[in-house]
Amino acid sequence: MRYAVLAVLLVPPFLPAQPLPQPAKDMCVECHAVMDGPIQTPALLFKDDIHQANKLSCADCHGGDRASDDPSVAMSRAKGFIGKPKRAAIPQLCGNCHGKPDFMRRYQPQQRVDQLELYKTSVHGKRLATGDENVATCIDCHSVHDIRAVKNVLSPVHPLRLPDTCGRCHADAQKMAKYGIPTNQLEHYRSSVHWAALKKGDLSAPNCASCHGNHGAKPPDVGSVSAVCGSCHVLFAQLYEKSVHQPIFSAASGGGGCIVCHSNHAILQPSTAMLAGQDAVCSKCHDPGTPGARTAAQMAQWIDGLGAALKHSEAVLGEADKYGMEVSEAQVRLGDGRENLVKARLTMHAFQPAEMQKPIEAGMAIADETLRAGQAALHDKDVRRIGLAVSVFFIAITVVAIFLVIRRLEANGSGYLNPTK
Amino acid sequence: MTAKVLQWFDDRLGLSAIRELADHKTVPVHSATRWYYFGGITLFLFGIQVITGILLMFYYRPTVAEGFDSVRFLMTRVEFGWLIRSIHSWSANLLIFVAFVHMFSVVFTHAYRPPRELTWATGIVLLGLMLGFGFSGYLLPWNQISYFATKVGTDVAGSAPVIGESIARILRGGEDVGAATLTRFFALHVILLPLITSSLIALHVILVQKNGMSTPPWISAARVRQMKFFPNFFLREVMVWYAALAILGALAAISPWELGEKADPFASAPKGIRPEWYFLAQFYTLKLIPSHVWFMEGELLGIAGFGALALGWALIPLWGVNLAGEARMRLVNGVGIFLVVYLAVFTVLGYVK
Repeated sequence: MRYAVLAVLLVPPFLPAQPLPQPAKDMCVECHAVMDGPIQTPALLFKDDIHQANKLSCADCHGGDRASDDPSVAMSRAKGFIGKPKRAAIPQLCGNCHGKPDFMRRYQPQQRVDQLELYKTSVHGKRLATGDENVATCIDCHSVHDIRAVKNVLSPVHPLRLPDTCGRCHADAQKMAKYGIPTNQLEHYRSSVHWAALKKGDLSAPNCASCHGNHGAKPPDVGSVSAVCGSCHVLFAQLYEKSVHQPIFSAASGGGGCIVCHSNHAILQPSTAMLAGQDAVCSKCHDPGTPGARTAAQMAQWIDGLGAALKHSEAVLGEADKYGMEVSEAQVRLGDGRENLVKARLTMHAFQPAEMQKPIEAGMAIADETLRAGQAALHDKDVRRIGLAVSVFFIAITVVAIFLVIRRLEANGSGYLNPTK
Repeated sequence: MTAKVLQWFDDRLGLSAIRELADHKTVPVHSATRWYYFGGITLFLFGIQVITGILLMFYYRPTVAEGFDSVRFLMTRVEFGWLIRSIHSWSANLLIFVAFVHMFSVVFTHAYRPPRELTWATGIVLLGLMLGFGFSGYLLPWNQISYFATKVGTDVAGSAPVIGESIARILRGGEDVGAATLTRFFALHVILLPLITSSLIALHVILVQKNGMSTPPWISAARVRQMKFFPNFFLREVMVWYAALAILGALAAISPWELGEKADPFASAPKGIRPEWYFLAQFYTLKLIPSHVWFMEGELLGIAGFGALALGWALIPLWGVNLAGEARMRLVNGVGIFLVVYLAVFTVLGYVK
């Protein structure tokens, strides 16, 4: 705690007030860029930094006079030079600007300014306040001297790179040993449907920060898990909240809500194997033969049955399409059937078979309707070919008949006129 | 009774003149006689186009909102609608192919010589009209491929020198392919082009009738045997027509003409968009020409080149004969073979690449 207080005191209060006047050259960068060793690195990295792009200087964080080429002036305490900030002081140092709406409006009017306040509520922020300097501060996630915009794919907090950034500490068993928390989250997350979607380029797919928050990062409480999942899976959450399982799962130890069946970081592609069969998650609570297990098996059978029926219709329509039959209307209709399959999977989360039966029946009716359309098209294809064979047969007879007529006509050379010599 | 009825019509229409014509019309019999059939097949396929086209018009609605759906309705709900549309589309392609064969057979048998210059000229214009039918008809189902192919096609027309932009605007009825393009292509396809084509076909046939069938220059017309047109040649022609009908039926039943997806002007152009096969050689050539050649734009140069080539080709009766009116066989055969090889190779390359 005393470190934090000290750190706050060490940060000069004038830093965020006004951006410094903009001289033609930033002497900090000019000089450090031509130096050797580690002291050169920040100056080289700074060319990719978003602050540099916004004409801010080293001196805006470190203090000192950017305009002076005399080191004793440029880095004089009198000019507010603080040198390398203490780790514990970094959140406040960043917050000096990023927490000031009037200042941030000049650069990023839409950017939030509550990062510091949120950070203070996070596990990281709370531990830092108690003097634990091993926890993440702003620069551990955003990098330092080469801080890029979040949407920049090279930024360590870009959605595609964030899991690795969090994993740099949270997957390190040595670093996490003293906190007693698992280190398999990154490995589990990489097996999940969320990562599968994200790495395919769907940047809206959840990364660590989507569920845990970013600046206010902390694990969701048991009671808020379904709210966290429900922020994207809205309809699933609504149905689940009304279900018989909600109070039971919420009381479960070691996490509750959605993660009871779907896990937390290793959220795999759901299938009916979760409902019925040897490895079914339902069977962990519902013994075989009990009403609950029978209901789960029934729901699995419905979903599998509709999926298979739609696939069969799709195959038959595809076959008809291959033969050039016009089945596009039925193929579009098949899309409605697939929608009902999705609805059935959704309504399953109410755990009420009667609710689920409606989309299943609607979907089966569409599967049947489109199957008949496909079969009719294939039948039509056969009829056309038979019709073609019959037509060609009659055409052939006609051609032969004409040929015979020509032969009879020309039997004695009639119809030809010899040249006049 | 029949004789009386016939006499009644004869008195009023002069049918005996037609009978006399049929009795006296003959066709030379020699090694190249088989090429005479191709003109007849082209005429037969045009007839098929007229009949199936009229049947299609009973259902087709030439609007952006309804065009595609009306064709789909025809293909899926109307009894034998699929057959009518498939035959119309297949026949259109066969017709253009057969018309090309007919044209080259005329070149290689040197039938363009005097006094058949006008027969050749009307034939060339007719071929251009057939390509116009193909281009305008392609858009009418208003599907994704035809929409974007028409965009490309009208862009090419638009790059013609001086009048290009005006042509593109007139064709499209505006800045881009849209509702106005569809209605004017429809009007072109079912009114204007059929009127001009029918008149020209009549003139073409009358000219063939007037000048008789040409005998190749290497065969002495005076020493060649003649076959009576009616019934001997006519019956043979009917046999070929029947065979063409069987081929059309087979193509329609085994490989129905596909409809594709409804045109979406806001979608990105489908991959590998290209025009119909009869424009592929030109399309591929334009792709090969660099964007700038000397002081000219590449596309402009290509268009100008095609224009010059087409004009030169149409003027064969002028440069393909000597002062005595005899065919310059080696020159014309050379140019003809070059053109056939160019069209065949570039069409295949345009399809493959």
